Amino acid sequence: MTAIDRTRRRVLAGLGALALLRPAAATPEAMAAAIKAFTGGAVPRTGKVALDVSLLVDNGNTVPITIRVDSPMTAGDHVAAIAVFNERNPETGVAVFTLGPRAGKAEVSTRIRMATSQKLVAVARMSDGSFWQHSAEVVVTLAACIEGEP
Amino acid sequence: MARALIHMPPTARRGEAFEIRALIGHPMETGYRVGPDGKVLERDIIRRFTCRYNGEVVFAAELHQAIAANPYIAFYTLATDSGTLAFTWEGDHGFAQTETMPITVAG
Amino acid sequence: MQRRLIPLAVLLCAALAAAADLRKSGAEFMSPSTQAMQRDDTQNPGMLWVSGGEALWQRKAGRSDKSCASCHGDARTSMRGVAARYPAFDTHAKTAIDLGQRINQCRVGAQQAEPLRAESEELLGLESYVALQSRGMPLAQSPDPRLKPALERGQRLFTQRIGQLNLSCAQCHDDHWGKRLGGSTIPQAHAGAYPIYRLEWQGMGSLQRRLRNCMSGVRAEVPQFNAQELVDLEVYLAARDKGMTMEAPGVRP
Repeated sequence: MTAIDRTRRRVLAGLGALALLRPAAATPEAMAAAIKAFTGGAVPRTGKVALDVSLLVDNGNTVPITIRVDSPMTAGDHVAAIAVFNERNPETGVAVFTLGPRAGKAEVSTRIRMATSQKLVAVARMSDGSFWQHSAEVVVTLAACIEGEP
Repeated sequence: MARALIHMPPTARRGEAFEIRALIGHPMETGYRVGPDGKVLERDIIRRFTCRYNGEVVFAAELHQAIAANPYIAFYTLATDSGTLAFTWEGDHGFAQTETMPITVAG
Repeated sequence: MQRRLIPLAVLLCAALAAAADLRKSGAEFMSPSTQAMQRDDTQNPGMLWVSGGEALWQRKAGRSDKSCASCHGDARTSMRGVAARYPAFDTHAKTAIDLGQRINQCRVGAQQAEPLRAESEELLGLESYVALQSRGMPLAQSPDPRLKPALERGQRLFTQRIGQLNLSCAQCHDDHWGKRLGGSTIPQAHAGAYPIYRLEWQGMGSLQRRLRNCMSGVRAEVPQFNAQELVDLEVYLAARDKGMTMEAPGVRP
């Protein structure tokens, strides 16, 4: 079994355990545990990854984010996966993107939900097995004039 | 069939990375919201998005409840050969939809 | 004496004209990423509804077995500028009606089909598709004197205090726009972006839906969809916005 296979098994086991627990809300500890499951215990280094998100969002229901990773994206040196985590939504995992040398450019954008002001973390797994991360503290306020009676 | 919109260039130069923007209409019901009758609304989300380029997976995403409704994913892929890109969304309650787009690669 | 007064008058008019229009679209109060979402058709979630509406435009319906296209042909030509004139006085209905109601009038009358439910994907799809054909054009409510009663009622409603919070639309949107309400900046309440994809709804909605949200926000009784008060307000808002640029389908927080 290769190192990558062992990591894969740990990731699957970790995610499975989280799914069964179903915490009422994630916590910074749960996020740390989820990141650890993704990296197989390795501590991600800060750098290479840029998590681009507004520091004060218009609405927590739809928050645009972009993750860029500095990588030549060659067969020998590329981003294999990018995982995004949060620390206060009901679930700590947001998404896991699988890239590879055919991606050409390590840049992914999507829109996420944020239940409250919290930290977001993007972790990239590189082809050499290293992990890199970037985090952002985002402020979310409740919208004014929302749906009341249907 | 959910409404889906894919934006990407019709042509690309061999070896260049081009951007794809995929948008699909879907409520991404979290399973945490309570309906007007007081009962929890069952989870109904898209869980996986895959892009296949002439049959080979070049990008994939595993999505959780924190992805906003009407999921939008923008990503890049390397222009290799002319052919077809197939975009598949799969999720709860047997949700499965595929859209295809042609690509002409020059050079 | 006369020679000196004329240039002064010209200067004054020019100064007044330049200072006259303080109206700002709600888009100006949004973050750059939300603005980009609206500006870029490849990012605008409202385009999902536009594409649905475009498909529905071609679909035959009802006992007439006609589609919108059967009578109206290519919407890009036939619907150009139409949404910019709504709400309009309708001779058949003998009252002011908004775009959604006009679409349903066609559904029931010309197509002999069931009306589309308020805020349904189909109705919003058609509204968005038709409204898109006026994008970039100025709101151009007709000076039709038959609109006057609705206009006056709408203006009264706009300035009337309502709800447990005892606030009128004018207090927030005329007097205090630009200031903070909770975490958000109060916009001026303009109508030219509707129907909108509201980030809060994670979906598309009409101006009527948004007005009901406002009323719910000040804890007032919320009228049913298509209640006269809502249409009257829409008529007043369209008059208030005359000359501003149509942005539909808009994106708002």
